[in-house]
Amino acid sequence: MKINFILNGKNVWVETDPLKRLLDVLREDFGLTGVKEGCGEGECGTCTVLIHGKIAYSCIIPVGAADHAEIMTIEGYRKTERYKALQDAFAEAGSVQCGFCTPGFVLAAESLLREDARPGETAIREAISGNLCRCTGYNMIVEGIKIASLKGKGLW
Amino acid sequence: MVRAYRPPDFQSALTIMRENRAIPLAGGTDLMVSRRRWSGLSPFFAKPVLFIGHLEEIKRVEIDITNIKIGSACSLASLLEHREIPEVLKIVISQMATPAIRNIGTLGGNICNASPAGDALPVLYAMDASVVLQRKAEIRTLPIEKFITGPGETVLKDDELLTSIIIPKKSYNVGFYRKVGTRQANSLSKLSFQGLARIEEGKISDIRISFGAVAMTVIRSREIEEILIEKSGKEIEKLIPEVSSLYSAVIKPIDDQRSNIRYRKTISLKLLRYFLRTVLISKIG
Ligand SMILES: Cc1cc2nc3c(=O)[nH]c(=O)nc-3n(C[C@H](O)[C@H](O)[C@H](O)COP(=O)(O)OP(=O)(O)OC[C@H]3O[C@@H](n4cnc5c(N)ncnc54)[C@H](O)[C@@H]3O)c2cc1C
Ligand code: FES
Ligand code: FES
Repeated sequence: MKINFILNGKNVWVETDPLKRLLDVLREDFGLTGVKEGCGEGECGTCTVLIHGKIAYSCIIPVGAADHAEIMTIEGYRKTERYKALQDAFAEAGSVQCGFCTPGFVLAAESLLREDARPGETAIREAISGNLCRCTGYNMIVEGIKIASLKGKGLW
Repeated sequence: MVRAYRPPDFQSALTIMRENRAIPLAGGTDLMVSRRRWSGLSPFFAKPVLFIGHLEEIKRVEIDITNIKIGSACSLASLLEHREIPEVLKIVISQMATPAIRNIGTLGGNICNASPAGDALPVLYAMDASVVLQRKAEIRTLPIEKFITGPGETVLKDDELLTSIIIPKKSYNVGFYRKVGTRQANSLSKLSFQGLARIEEGKISDIRISFGAVAMTVIRSREIEEILIEKSGKEIEKLIPEVSSLYSAVIKPIDDQRSNIRYRKTISLKLLRYFLRTVLISKIG
């Protein structure tokens, strides 16, 4: 099946098995390796992408279901001002250790801040509840998102 | 062999169902996990797959004077954002899975999956929801408890699609929902309790009680609810032991290793008593 979608702002298409996981299409057909496979079953969030601006797990989405969708991966998001704000804030708060989970958390933060530019602690924890991190213990990530929302004032 | 179809509209989807007896895939959050193979391989489906998650006809919420009609392919997240969706349903949905799953998973998928641990089911039973099923030649509407017949089992025919869920508009002034699971996010619930009631002039005028994930399907007993109708706070207090033992007789927990039988039953009955005594009676005053 020929599947068309918008990937990181560009119109693209791929001729493939429509049941192939979006995760595998992004990594293999488009070389976007910022999208990572952790659990492969919707539990950990390392494969997170934005679909129409909202987080989704690419490991449990068949690419055929994403026809005509607007998809953003960390590679596309990296070019934005908002990414810079999150990057600086994560560095300041020590939100990154091994980094495997980081693209997922950054996109979850974007998805949250887009709806709520000044989220409280509870809203932040809820927004990242589908992302697992084995290194940081979450507090530093929550802190990083708080800092981004303060310092990135006006961006969201 | 054709592996998947992506119809342009709902009528074409019905035609494909008739001709191919395909497996409908709405969000795929259940199917992609249950049909998963090892990493890097597409999931395995014995029959062709029909994508339905993009079909506008089944992604709408319609409201009339008596009912709320929810399209089966509405994502769980879209319902949380919708102004007309009853708060009691939103409370349940907001505790399902995680934001990323709710953005993709649908209400129809949760119902058709018919898992004893399907979290949307107890509140839908309590609200007297019905489901609208459609195939090329027929449309039928069934109460949800007639639709689900056992764990993973429904009366859905192999060329039929669930098109919408109908919820009668009712106003409750007491709502109580508890989900007891192993982890806050993502855990398929071990058990859940839903109580809804309407109190008028110090008495119960309407009450619905349902238990999730304690038996093959959701437990709701209209006979036991009937006992509580028109009762005052004092009368309910006296009825608690009787009502509790009546429910104890109808709750037959399934043991699927997530939690043992006795634990499930004990907690369910505790939640029932908490609802009757602490939530209801204190509200009646
Ligand atoms: C990590 C994770 C956490 C989860 N947490 C929860 C939770 O807390 N609570 C909970 O209840 N569930 C949970 N789930 C399960 C799942 O996300 C929900 O059941 C969701 O609502 C399923 O919707 P879907 O559209 O993704 O279903 P799909 O996978 O698309 O479909 C599920 C089943 O329904 C059928 N179907 C779907 N739509 C129709 C239709 N319109 N007509 C006929 N048949 C149809 C499909 O053929 C399939 O058999 C979780 C899943 C994952 C992966
Ligand atoms: S790899 Fe997709 S959620 Fe874990
Ligand atoms: S920084 Fe290592 S998993 Fe999160």
